[in-house]
Parts: sequence; C-alpha cells; structure tokens
Amino acid sequence: MASNNPSVFLLMINGQIEGGNFPEYDDLYCKYCFVYGHDWAPTSGLEEGISQITSKSRLSPHKLIWNFPLEITFKSTNPSGWPQIVVSVYGPDTFGNDVVRGYGATHIPFSPGQHTKTIPMFVPESTSRLQKFTSWLMGRRPEYTDPKVVAQGEGREVTRVCSQGFVTLTFHIVTKDMKKLGYDGTPSDPSNTLSPPTQSLYMRTRR
Amino acid sequence: MASASDIGEKLRKKRRAFQESLGKRHEADQQALVPHGSEELVRRPLEDLTAAEEDPGETLRRQMKAQRQRRKKKLQEVGSVSGSGERVEERSQPRPHEEQQQEVEEVEEVEEVEEVGASRRRGLAPLVVSRPPPGPQTAVSPPPSSSQSERVVDTPSSSRSDQSMRQRMREKLRAARSKAESFLQQEASMEPGSRLQSLRDRDPLTRFDRQGEPDHPGPSEAPTSTGPAATPREPARRGEKGRPTAEESYNFFTFNFDPEPEEGTDEKSRRKRKKKKAAEEEGEDDDEEEEAERGGEGASEEEEYEQDEEVPLVREEEEEVFIIDQSSQDFLEVRRADYLGYQSRLLRDSGLLFMPSLLTAPSSRKLPDDAQPRYLEEEGLYVGERPPVTPSNENILENRVLKQEEGRRWFGDDGRILALPDPIKESSTRPPLFLLEEELDPALHTVYHKAVMSQHAVRGAGPQGEYQLDVDVSGLIFSHHPLFSREHVLTARLAQSYDLHLSRGRGNLSLHLTHKLDGLRSALRRMLEGPGGGALTPAMRRRVSEYRLEVRSTRLLRDGELEKDRALLRTMVTLWKEVKALRELQRYSNTPYKLCLRREEVERALDERQYEEEVLMEVMEQEAESEELYQKRLGAYREQLEEWKVWRRQQKAKQQKKKQKRKKRRKKKRGQSVDDTEDDEEDDVDDEDEGEQEVSDAEGEEGPPRPEAPERPDLGALEARVREKASRIRRKPGEPLLVPELTVAGNITPNDQVPRAELARREEVLRRHLLVKVLYNEKEVSQTDRRALGPDFRVHFGQIFNLRVRNAPQSIRLQVFEEVGSAPSLLAGVCVPVPEPSVLTGRTPTEELEFSSNQRVLFSHEGVGSDVPFSFQEDGGNRQTLLTSGKMACCVSWGRGEEDAPLAPPPTQPPPGALHRGCGDPFPGMGASGLGDLRRMGEWAAESRLDPNDPQNTAVMQLLKVACSGEVTAPEYFRLEQLQEEFNFATEEELERSRRFRLLRLRSQEVSEFRNYRCVPSLEREVTDKTFQEYERRLREGDMVDTREHLDSHRALVAKYLQKIRESVINRFLVAKHHYLLSDLVMEEQVPSIGGAGPGILGLNLFKLAEPKRPLKPQRKERKKVTAQNLTDGDIRLLVNIIRAYDVPARRPFSSRPPAPARPGGPSFSESFAAPPPQNPAQGSDWLLSQVRPFVEVSFQRTVLQTSPAEGPNPCWNQELELPFSAPNGDYSTTGLQAVKDVVFINLFDEVLQELGVDDAEGGRSIHTRVERHWLGSVKIPFSTIYSQARIDGTFKVDTPAVLLGYSKERSHGDGGGYDTVRSLSEGTFLTVFITMEPQLVPGDTVREKFDSQEEERLLLASERFEKEAGLSFPDRPCLTSVIDISGKMVFITRFIRPLNPPPELLDAFPNSPQDATDLVARFVSLVPSLPDSTSFSGACDLWSTSDQFLTLLAGDEEEHAVLLCNYFLSMGKKAWLIIGTAIPEGPTAYVLTLEQSRFLIWNPSSGHHYGQHDTFCPLQAVGCLVSADNVWFNIQEHASPMRISLDVGKAHLWKPFFSRSFPHPGLASVQPPELLYRRSDRAAAAELQERMEKVLKEKLMEWRPRQPTRWNRYCTSTLRHFLPRLELSGGRDPDDQHRLELQALLGDYRISGFPLHLPFSELRPVVEAVFSTGVHSAEASNVEFALAVYVHPYPNNVLSVWVYLASLLRSR
Repeated sequence: MASNNPSVFLLMINGQIEGGNFPEYDDLYCKYCFVYGHDWAPTSGLEEGISQITSKSRLSPHKLIWNFPLEITFKSTNPSGWPQIVVSVYGPDTFGNDVVRGYGATHIPFSPGQHTKTIPMFVPESTSRLQKFTSWLMGRRPEYTDPKVVAQGEGREVTRVCSQGFVTLTFHIVTKDMKKLGYDGTPSDPSNTLSPPTQSLYMRTRR
Repeated sequence: MASASDIGEKLRKKRRAFQESLGKRHEADQQALVPHGSEELVRRPLEDLTAAEEDPGETLRRQMKAQRQRRKKKLQEVGSVSGSGERVEERSQPRPHEEQQQEVEEVEEVEEVEEVGASRRRGLAPLVVSRPPPGPQTAVSPPPSSSQSERVVDTPSSSRSDQSMRQRMREKLRAARSKAESFLQQEASMEPGSRLQSLRDRDPLTRFDRQGEPDHPGPSEAPTSTGPAATPREPARRGEKGRPTAEESYNFFTFNFDPEPEEGTDEKSRRKRKKKKAAEEEGEDDDEEEEAERGGEGASEEEEYEQDEEVPLVREEEEEVFIIDQSSQDFLEVRRADYLGYQSRLLRDSGLLFMPSLLTAPSSRKLPDDAQPRYLEEEGLYVGERPPVTPSNENILENRVLKQEEGRRWFGDDGRILALPDPIKESSTRPPLFLLEEELDPALHTVYHKAVMSQHAVRGAGPQGEYQLDVDVSGLIFSHHPLFSREHVLTARLAQSYDLHLSRGRGNLSLHLTHKLDGLRSALRRMLEGPGGGALTPAMRRRVSEYRLEVRSTRLLRDGELEKDRALLRTMVTLWKEVKALRELQRYSNTPYKLCLRREEVERALDERQYEEEVLMEVMEQEAESEELYQKRLGAYREQLEEWKVWRRQQKAKQQKKKQKRKKRRKKKRGQSVDDTEDDEEDDVDDEDEGEQEVSDAEGEEGPPRPEAPERPDLGALEARVREKASRIRRKPGEPLLVPELTVAGNITPNDQVPRAELARREEVLRRHLLVKVLYNEKEVSQTDRRALGPDFRVHFGQIFNLRVRNAPQSIRLQVFEEVGSAPSLLAGVCVPVPEPSVLTGRTPTEELEFSSNQRVLFSHEGVGSDVPFSFQEDGGNRQTLLTSGKMACCVSWGRGEEDAPLAPPPTQPPPGALHRGCGDPFPGMGASGLGDLRRMGEWAAESRLDPNDPQNTAVMQLLKVACSGEVTAPEYFRLEQLQEEFNFATEEELERSRRFRLLRLRSQEVSEFRNYRCVPSLEREVTDKTFQEYERRLREGDMVDTREHLDSHRALVAKYLQKIRESVINRFLVAKHHYLLSDLVMEEQVPSIGGAGPGILGLNLFKLAEPKRPLKPQRKERKKVTAQNLTDGDIRLLVNIIRAYDVPARRPFSSRPPAPARPGGPSFSESFAAPPPQNPAQGSDWLLSQVRPFVEVSFQRTVLQTSPAEGPNPCWNQELELPFSAPNGDYSTTGLQAVKDVVFINLFDEVLQELGVDDAEGGRSIHTRVERHWLGSVKIPFSTIYSQARIDGTFKVDTPAVLLGYSKERSHGDGGGYDTVRSLSEGTFLTVFITMEPQLVPGDTVREKFDSQEEERLLLASERFEKEAGLSFPDRPCLTSVIDISGKMVFITRFIRPLNPPPELLDAFPNSPQDATDLVARFVSLVPSLPDSTSFSGACDLWSTSDQFLTLLAGDEEEHAVLLCNYFLSMGKKAWLIIGTAIPEGPTAYVLTLEQSRFLIWNPSSGHHYGQHDTFCPLQAVGCLVSADNVWFNIQEHASPMRISLDVGKAHLWKPFFSRSFPHPGLASVQPPELLYRRSDRAAAAELQERMEKVLKEKLMEWRPRQPTRWNRYCTSTLRHFLPRLELSGGRDPDDQHRLELQALLGDYRISGFPLHLPFSELRPVVEAVFSTGVHSAEASNVEFALAVYVHPYPNNVLSVWVYLASLLRSR
C-alpha cells in the first residue's frame, strides 16, 4: 500500500556473488551473511547462504565462478547501520581439511542501480610460527570467531591478517521511500556507479 | 616588378579621381558633418603611416598631442555644457570667409595627397614637414583674440570643427615647426590660467538652463569626429620605445610589396572607412561624454580596438587586389628540384649548426687566460665526490658551455665543470607555499566549494537557477481589533501617539531644525557683517537671498514641528484623561498602560532670555521678509500697472480705430481728423491681422483689472502675530519641560472582579488564535503555527520561511487568519513588496506593514466590534466607528547561498529616472536595492546634496566615508574552525529538543533502557514521550524510595543502593566490553601439549584411538557452539531432561489412626486394583493409597510443561522437555543473555485421583474422577547458571517443605542394601536432571579488565602468574587469588577472611550445644537473600563485598555467604576454609570447609546445609582452591571431586600454596571490620510485615482463581499460624507429628493437603511466585477451602525468615 507518510524505507538487494580470484586455491565455496544496525530489519529473503563448491576451469585458470544469487529486502528507519555483506570463502587445504581462504565485507551500495564491487579478501594470521606450522599440519587455520567481525572496526587492532584474493559481487539496488524520509542516496555523478578501480589494484597486488 | 614611373603615373591618376570625388562631396553637403569627418579620415591613414617613423620632430609632435589631449579632457567637461553657447557666437562669423577657407582646404588636400605619393617614393621621411602639430596652432591663436575666456573655451571645439581646419591651414602656411619648443613652453604656462577660468565660470546648471537651446546641432556634434581621429597615433607612440608593434611590423611587411596595390588598398580602405565612420558617428554621439571622461587613455584603447578591427580588413583588400592585378602565372616557374650533395649539405650545415665535440676541451680554453689549473684536493682540501657522469657527456657539456659567451664561469679552478658533490639538496629549494608576509599567489589559493546538490538530484530545476526568498514573519500588533474594549481603543491610540512621540523624539527633528536655523542665521549675519561690508557683490547678494529663503523655510518647518510636538503632547494628555475617566466609569481596567508626565525644571531666566531672543529674531526676519515681499509686490505692481496702462492704451486705440473705421466707413467721404497718438498707433495696428482685432474686440470689456497697489506691511501686528504663534506652539518661558512616559506598570483588574460582559470579552480573546499564511504568487506556500491572541492583542510568530523560488516573484502576500474554535477565517491580507535582488537576509531590518479589514463584527459583550459605531460616553454621544487594523512586522529578503552569494535573481535594469526621482530620502531615491550598492549611493548622495549634519543621514555619511576610503570590512571575530558550521546538520538546540535524536543518542550511549532498542522511528513524531517515561522516572526517582513495593523501608533503600552499584559497575563493564583480545576475534588452535588436560594433540588423539567405538555408557559429546548474535526468538530451546527422582515423599494414609468410620467411600476402587501389591505389610491396605504418582512440571518463561506421572517414591521418567526461550528485547548478545533473570522452576507434584462417585445419569456405568495434584517440592535453577555452565547435569536436592500434610517422608523400608545406606546419609528428595540449551550458546567471558588496586605490584603479578599457571594445568578448576571489591578495586582474597563475631543471640540460643549453634549460624547466613552477581551485573563478574557490607545490603552472592559463614566459624573457634570450586547448580562458587573432630564438613552457605566429605549428594563437584586468612592453596591433585581428594592442605604435593618460603606472606591486613555490630530486630516491624504479606498473598490467591470463590478456613488458618513459629524454632526440620495430629483432631471432616514454605525474605515478589508455583490455587473442587498463614521471624540485623503455610481443605463429608 502506498502510504504518503512512510515511517520506514525499504532497501531491496538483488545480485550475486559472481566469483572470486584466488590464484593459489581451488575448489572453494563461499558463505555470506549480512550485518546491519539496530534500526534495520530484513523483511524478506535469505540473510545467510552458502554456495556450491567450484573449481577452476582450464580456460580461466584464475577465475572461480559461483554466480550465487543474493536476494534480500531490508526495511529501516535510519541509515545508520547500513547493511554490509560479509563474504567468507572456504576450501580444502593440502590435507583435505576445510579451511578459510578469505574474509571480506562491503557495504551495500546506497544508490539505486547496478553496482559491481570487488572485495579484497583476507584471513587472520597465526600468532606465531609454531602455531602456523601446527595449524597447517592440523588443518585448523585461525578463523574469526564470527565472520561478522570483518564488518566492524572494533577490536581489529588485536589481529593480524594476510591478504588472499578477491571476490566480485554485483548488486542491483532498489530503494523505496528514502527520499520521502529525507535521505538522498542518488549518486551525484551517474558514471560513478559502474566504476571499480579495483582492477588496477588487483594488478598491483599481483605484481 | 613595376617601375617607379609606373607608380608615379598610377598615383597621379588616383589622386585626380580622389580629388574630384572630394570636390563633389564638398559641394553636395557643405554644411553637413560628414565631409569633415571624411577629411579627417583621409588624413588618418597618412598619420598612421607617419606614426611609424621615428624622428625628433615626430616625438615633439607627440608630446604636444599628449598635452593637447590632456587639456581637451578638461575642457570637454566644461564644453559639454557651455560649448553650445560659445558655438553660437562661432556660428555668427561671416559666411563668406568660411567659404574661402573651404577652398583653401581643398587645395591643401591635394597637396597632401601629392605628398603622400612623394613620401612613398622617398621613403616616408619628410611627411612630417607637411603636418604641423595641432598643438601649437591652438597656442598661437590666443594672442589675437580679445576675450581670454572665450578663446579657451573655443579652443577644443575649434580643434575639431572646420574652423580648426582652416586655422591649421593657416598655421601650416606659417611653418611654425621651428618654434615648436617655445610654443610648448607657452602652453605649459598658459594651462593653469585656463583651468582657473574654466572653474570660475562654472555654474553649469543655471547657465545651461538659460542658454541651452538645442538649435545648433551641427557644431555640437562636431567634436565627435576628432575623438577617433586624434588618437590613432597612440599605439604608435607606445610602440616607439619597445620592439615594433604589430602595426609597425604589418606596415613593414606591406611596404615590401609593390606600392601600387598599396595605393589601391589605401583608396579602398579609405572609402570603406568613410562609410564606417559615418555610421559610427551617430553611435559615438551617445558615448561622447563618457569618452571624454575616460580621457586620452580610454580613447586610445578604443582606437586600438578599432585598428585591430581594420587590420584584417586591409589585408583582405590587399589580397583581392593582388589577384586581380597579377595572375598567378607571373610567379610560377616550373623547374627541377634542387639536389644538394651530402657533403655539401654537411658543409652548409656546419655553418649553421653547432655540434659539440666529444673530445675533451683543452683546459686552457676553460680557464682564464694564462692560468694554471689548480687542484684543491692536491692542496689537501676536502673535495666531495662528484656525481658520476660519463666523460663523453661531460665533454659535450663543456664544449657546449664553452661556446657560450659567459662559458668560462661554469668552470672551476681545476678546469672541470663546477659540480656539487651531491646534487640533491637537503631541504626543498622550492619557495614555501605559505609565506607569512606575502599574500599567497592567487593561483595557489585553495578554493572551498560548498557541497551542493547535483543537478541530477534536483530534477526539473529550471535553467534560471534557484533562488531563495526568506520571509520572516515576526509578529503582529493590532491597532484595532473587534475584541478591543473601549479602554483598549483609547489605550491603543495613546500607545500610538506615544510611539509617534518616541519616534519623533528619536529623530528630534525640531531640535535639529532649530540648530540648523541658528546656523543659517549666524552664517547670514557673518555674510552681512563680513569684511566685504556693505559692498555686496551680485553673487553674494544672490547667496544672501538664498540664505534668507533657506532661513525662512527652515523656520516654517521648525514651527510646524514644534506645533506637532505640542499637539501630540496635548493629545496624549487628553487621551490619558479619557482613559482614566473610562476606567473610573467602568470600575475596572483592562490595560496596564499608565501615562506619567515627568517634569524637567528649566532655568527660568535663561529660558526667558532665549524665548525673547527667538521672538525678536523672528520678528526681525519677518519684518525683513515682509519688506522684501512688499518690495517685490511693489515691483510687480508697477509692472502690472505698466502693462495695464499699455493695454489700456491699446484698448483705447482699438476703440479709437473701431471708431475710426466706423468713422471711416461712415465718413469715407468725410476726410480725416485723427490725433497724433492715434496716428502713431495706426502703423502698428495695421500690421496686425484682422482676427486679432476681433479678439480684442470681444475682450474689450474683460481686460485685466487695474492692479491694486500693495499695502505696506503692518510691522506692529507682525510682532503680535509672532508672539501669539510662539505662545501657541512653544512652551512658555520658565514652564517645566513635560516628558511623557507610558508604562505598563498598571494592573489589570482580575477576571473575577469584572462584569460579565467584560468577562465574556476576555474569554473570547483567549479563544482567538491567529495564524499567518504566506502566499507567493498567490499560491499558499506555508503558514505559521497557531498562536493565541494575547490580552494585549499582540501576537508573536517569529517564524522564518525559506522559500525556494523558481518563478520570478510577482507578489508576496501574508494573510492573517483568525481562528475561533476550529475554522480559521481570513482577517486581512498584507502585500509585501518584492525585495530588490540586493536585499539580502541579515541586512534587512524588519518592516512594519499595516493591514486592515472592513469586516463587520458585532459583539454582545464589551468588545467594541469592528465597523460598528460605539461611543465612549454613557449617553452614547460622540459615536465612533473603527475598523480592524494592525501592523504586521515582517521582513522579506533574498537568501544567501554559498560564500554569501545572494540567492536572488539577477537585477533587472533599474528604470532610467530612478536615480533622480527624489532627494532627501535614499529609499525613494534609488530603491532599497541602491542601499546595497555603495557606489550608487555615493553618487546619489553627491547628487541630492545630502546635509551631512542631519542626524538622519549620519549613518549614510558614515557608510559613505568608509566606502570611499576603500576599507574592506574585516570580520570582527576570529574563528578556529570556520568550516565546522558547514557540517553541523542541526544545531545543538535542535539536537537537544528532538526526541528522536535523544533516543539515538541514548542508545549509542548504551543506556540500559535503550541499549538494544530496535528500529528507532524515522520520524520525530513517531517517537512518543512514552518511550522515555521509564528512563525519566528512573532518573527522577534516583533517591526516592518506594516502600510500598518492598514492604520494608530498609530493604527498599538497599535495593536502591544495589541498583546504583549495579549501574556504575555496568557502566564500567560497558567500557571494558570494547576492549578486545585476540581470542575474542580469532579462533586459533592452542599450541598442542603432550600432557595435561588441555586439548593436547597427542593426549586427545591418542585417547580417541583407544576409545571404544560404541561405549556402553556414551558420554555426552561436545556440540558446536553458536555465537549468540544472529539468533532470533524461537531459535533457542531449553532442553530439560528429567531422569529420575529419589525418595519422593509417600502418601500418608489419611489418618494415622485406624480409618475413621466416617469414611464410607474409603480408598478409591480403581487405585486398589491399579496399584502393585503392597510391599510393606505394616501399612496394610493403606499402602494402596500411599502409592505416590509423582510427575515433574517445568515452568520457564511462562511456558509450563510436565512429564507423565510415574509410580512410586523412586520414579524414573527419562523424559525430555523442550521449552522455548526468548531473550528480553530480542537481544541475543552475550551481555543480553547474561542479564536474563528468568528461573527454571522444576516442581515435583503428586497426581491424586479423586473419585467423584458414580454418575447416575448413565446408569452407573461411568465413574467420574478428578485429577488433583499436590505439590511436593521444587528445584529452582536460574537461567544464568545454565547459560554460563552450558549444561547442568546432576542430582539435586528437591527443596521440599518441612511439613507435607498428607505425606510422609518415611523411608519405604522395603529394600535395604548398600546403596540405601549411602543415601540415608542425607535426607530429602533428590531429582536427577540434565538441562542444556539447543543450540549451545557460547557463554560470555568474564571481564578481564584490569581494575586499579591498592595491592602491591609484586603481589598482583604473583597473583596473576599463580592464576595463569593454575588455569594452564587445570583449566576446569577455578582459582581465585584476587577479587574485585564493591568499589571496583582488586583485593587479595585472603584479606576477606577474618574471624568475625556472629550475633550473640544465636550463640546464646544454644549455650550447651555447639552443634546446634553452628547450625543456627549457618541458617542465619543462609537467610540472607542470595542475589547472583551474574544476573545483577550482566557481565559474569564477581564482586566481593565485605561482611559488614553484605549484612547491610542483605543481598549477596555465594561468595559473600561463604565468607561470612567462614568468618563466623573462625570466630567460633573452628578450623575453617573457604572452598573455591564448582557446584551444582551454581557453577563456580564458594563453599565453606570446616574440620570438626578430624572430619571435614562441607557447608553450603546459601542453604545452610552441611555435607560430609564423602556425601554422594554433596552439590560441590570440584574443589579448586582453599583459602584461609593467610594463604591460598591450589588443588594440584589428580581429581577435583571432594570425595576423592585429600583436604589436608599441609601436603605440598597435593596443594600448591600461594605464599611459600620464596614468597612469604607480606602480612596483608584484612579488609573486614574488626567486629560486626548487629541491630536488634524490630519485632513490631516483623509483625507488621507478616500481616501485610498475609493480606497480599490472600489477595493474590483470590486473584489467581478468578472463576471460583475462594473460601478461607479461619480455624485452620489460626491453627497453622500457631504452628509456624514452632517450625522456625526447630530450624526447619520436621517437628514431631504432634501438630498433624492436632490438625487431624480438629479438622476431622476435612481432607487436608498443605505445606509450609520457607524462604529468606528479600522482596515480596519471590514469595508470591513461590506460592504461585506450588499450584495450590488450582484446586478446582467446588467445596475446597483454603488456609494461609504467614510467619515472619526476625533475626538480628533485619534478616527475616518467612514462613508461609498453605493448605487446601476438602470436606470429605
């Protein structure tokens, strides 16, 4: 029902986790979940998901494609605590143990339209060499107690991480009633929406 | 190439053609302007050409010209006004001469052209000869002229007009070039004189008016042609000192070509320019003045522009000509391409190019002549290492440098090129960006752009941009309102006139005028008595007359002002009197106004003198004036008389003529006889035509009357008149000055003392509300809030509307609406003028606009209404009609945008006469917008001749002074963060006011009420005040105590105190919660260890290998833990597995005596068959009855589940109950879960089937039974325990009442055996349960924050190490060495242990039996209510309070209980320790260990029970460490269970001491007080509490039974009440059967089931809940009766033991 005086605005997210770029690893799968503030509530869709395992093809030896759809709608009263998507990638190590290959998070874009995001991924490091060795041996790499840690800034100072790879996501954002509540999320420059300069970043890191 | 003769020929032809054309034109329009212009133009190219030359004559000429221009500028200013007059004279010169001149000119022209040709041929040099400078000619001309002034004025015009031409020709003939030097000097000496004259003659306005007839347009336009003509030399002049200008170079190149086409070009361009000039002339006429103002510079600029324009023009022509004259074939030549051999090319190149050689240059070339290279390093000086450069590159560089002129200075003494050792400088050589002294380069300025909405964001924004109109509606005041009472009308008038008075007083016009008058008079006097004395020049005479006029008008003005002042004062006084009369009449007052007249005494003598002087002065002036007037009139009279006489004569003559004519006609035949005079006139009359004759005929009778001679003014009467006027408008001399003061100090008669009509009016006023709507272009854009109409009829709105304007404003209207009741009605509209674009917000003062309405309003009450006649008098006379009116204070201005840029539309062109419209007030003069523009204002001020002494103009003058001095207004403040305000999206007040912001802020501060508040509403209005109610109440009631809730004031205080501590601690934890450790974030495998209980790789894995695959008794496996973050309601379930129970009380036969005969029904039939055969023959048939059918009911968070009933006293259910769990507020965070205070109640019931008898309706085939349940006991497990322990697995003692009516705790003696003996060691019923949560939640960790401490650092470190080691080796054994006390400080644990005296009453109670005394002490301790820290402090943090604090607070954790008990035991002479361990169900807890007669006893301080070391049912599961007053021992034995360890702390290999020989006990003082003081308990208070509690409980019980009546059996109640104290005395143990027998005896007819509940008293709520959980109220039998008795036993220090005896009675017929 279209109300003239809305008290909430809606943020609808469609999209997919397209794939990842993990040069060293294969047979990976990913999980995602959303982190959002107190004023947000999902109204429909899946808040968490786990994808299939995908392995590299010979044609594109670096690309892992999941094409894992995301579809969720949030309602909110306050842009504070804007939802973030947290993606974590897992895969088997040499001994076949399932270990984490990367954590990453990004805010859902504000503005309606299509957006492509490439998230750099990282994993926590072992605290010591010995532990690194044993974790490798045991197949129990350090993991975050909660993947949602990567969506918050608090307490990160105690950890050390190692960069791993990239995950590419596409979003199609639809908002409703944002403007009526006085929030203007439209981009100032429409060309900004399709941007990511991460390609160059990627090139740099590869080198 | 054409030959020179050809050129000559061509030139001649051209010349001839040109000459002809010129001649023709001269004839055609000799008078017109164009020829002169064209002549000038003809000259111009020549001048251009000559300008290129540089020779001394030329420079001289230029100087002259510059001077001429300078003078021309000055003179043109004069000439523009006076020129026309002069020119008339000029025109009047005889014409023939002019014509002659013209001829001369023609000849001259020919000569010129000829010369041009010649000069071309000769190379342009001698042209100067033919061009005498125009300057000298003007200088020469003056001597012959007679009138100096005329000559000077003439000069500029003559230099342009044809006369100037002629003159120049003449000069030329004289060949004055040699005298140029002397002329220059003459000119210089003359210049000041001419200027002086021009200034003296300057009276532009008057003279212009008199003589400025525009009948000589020709000459006046003449100067225009010179402007451009004179200036083309400018660029050339400029170019003379530098490199060639574009012009010159252009000429240079064009002259390289054949001169023949050049001639053609010249010709054409000339023609072109002629046309163009003619067109331009008209245009330039308008610009004339401006141009003159700008002077030479401006003119030259314009000229440059013109020339630029011409350049391409000429070139075009040139090419055209070129092509026509010569075909391309003339230039084309086809031949082979040249080939230059490589060698020869190299050769040629070597001449042009320089190739630095690669070889080393000889050092001789690099050094000064005959100098030897000097090597510094050889001399021992340090020479840095040069940067590496390849030698070949260095050589190339050196050779290249050497080639340059100054090349040698690049080389050092050693013959090598100079080089720094390290070319990289230490510091930046670039000039610093921010120089303190200098201004930053404007190009480097950072430009701040305010964030703006993008174009895309605002769709539909017109291209015209957005403007903002700020409409400030500040308020309105009614000058008349229908609801005015009569008094209001008067006072409104009074106030109005007072306001007028005030504003007049502020302007003080009369004073100002008086001063002005004085000034004028003195000036006049000075002039008359001045040095000139009597001999007044005509100019002075004129000024004197002007002054007189001024004096007169000023005096009149002043008199008018004085009169007004006087009248105003009089009006005010009259009005005030009327007001007073009215108030008197109606006997009440409505308005607070009060007029006071303040007297200011004046000095009488002085005043009188002034008065007289003034009068005399005036009389004198008036005399003079009247004299003058008289003279004037006399003159006029004479003139008129003269005229009249003439007219008379004419009249007479006409009459005569008529007569004559008539006569003539009549006597044509008669001859003539006419007078001389008539004859004279006849000539004139004859000239006139006949019509006039007729007219004069008609007017014959009505000719002008004969003027009357003016009378001489009566000077005597004059003085009388002056005096009369003075007395009217002035204060009498010596009369005190009256200063009115209107105050609002008066008081209004209160409502209850006024008549009804007035009351009605006042009430009506209160009902009125006003609002103002803002209409923009007749569309309503916004409206103000409703504001009540005040009793003073003023309404303040104070609202500013920022209108985003897209359309041009046509009208801005404010509508005043009045609201009576609900519907607003339009009262009046006010049109606000659309502000000028320069009227910006912040600079505009508020304007007051008047409005009125002609609505007719009539009232029945005292309100006078509107448009209704009313009267002030009683008799109704003097009726008046007033209309609603008032003033609205508002202000409309354009908003300011970024950088203060006005958001206003671009200014429209002001109407041309706007500047001249008015003088006196700047606003009508140039509109409000003009005020913003200082330049315009300055112009205006100069024009209107503002009086700088006028006080009204001071502000303007000040402003102008500032503006003229060119000062830029600097801000008067300094701000550090000037950009900060840009980022404030709301002001502080707004933030404070807004409920939503407040909510958001409180939430982010994690205030407990809002910590996890979800979905803060997005709109302000959706946040209700209710949200804050609780929070505000808490804040408000910080100190207030609600005794009603707590039944006990002391406890209420304590509760408040606890609350406070809780808050402070929580705040501390909230801070600590944000400190993270790695383990909080990252899950990481521990470094594996081989031994120990840790999750060692080897230990664990090896153990796993040896594990049986399918164990007989499978262990519960650890499940994966779930972090409690993304959980929602319903996700978590509580699993309660009820396994079995032991020793459930058995039913006791109805009576212990043989069955009473009065029970025919006896035991139920069904039971006797369903029950198994009797096991105990002693009980016989009663056994059937006594077979208990227990079931367990678990209630948690209002969910109640129960197991199916099992049979017998040792039932086994093995049932799992699943209870949903929902966290408060939906907050599943760790802290949220830790704060859950819910308790799992596990109640044990007995299901009793009551047979109701055979139903007769169905023929006796069905038997009705009713299921009753009897409460047997309960176990309470707080959720926090389950949460922190993750699972609870064990056998608990069921908390059974001391007495269970109808049940016995006698052992079912049937089976003996070893197990039984073990069990017999402890009494009571036991229940085995397993409780856990699904999914398993990660329990919150304790806060690790370091609290500050007063302990020694060394001790703290040791304590930390001790705990860490203990944790590493035995992670499941709690180890505590330092704890946090109630003030949040770390305290070493041994400081808490100190012998403390128990209350003496307890010791005295059993003086003979230490055993009983010990029990009593333990009981006393257990009666202090327990309050788990984890629930109160939401973080799992233990706070330890000292025993005296504990007894004051009367609430505490197990630790406090244990410490207190331990201290009591120590003081009683026992050996006692504190056990830190884990127990069921508390988890980590503290117990007390005592050593009594070589036997260890373990005391549960919370229940007061004690267990032997080997008691199976001892709830203590693991012993971590033991604490005594001087040491801490950690258990390092293999096992932790108390049954399996040795409790002898002396064995060092079993117990690891904290203080050892290496680290001795430092002698820590105890934190406990040396002695505890006890207050005696107040028995009266206890009794009161007992009564209140009983009342409350009874009410509750009835409340829980809303459908059935609740009958109370008083008899039973009183019996029970008597029984309760005995229970207390026996310490809660089942006393003898005595009372039961009593009861039986007394209530023989009832079947009774009941029990006493015993609990420590903290609050009422737990008591009520405990009663509720027993389910006694659920008895549904219709004839059930209840009995409830409460007993409160006071112990010292207000420790209360509460007993509630509950019984339900069923009459068994």
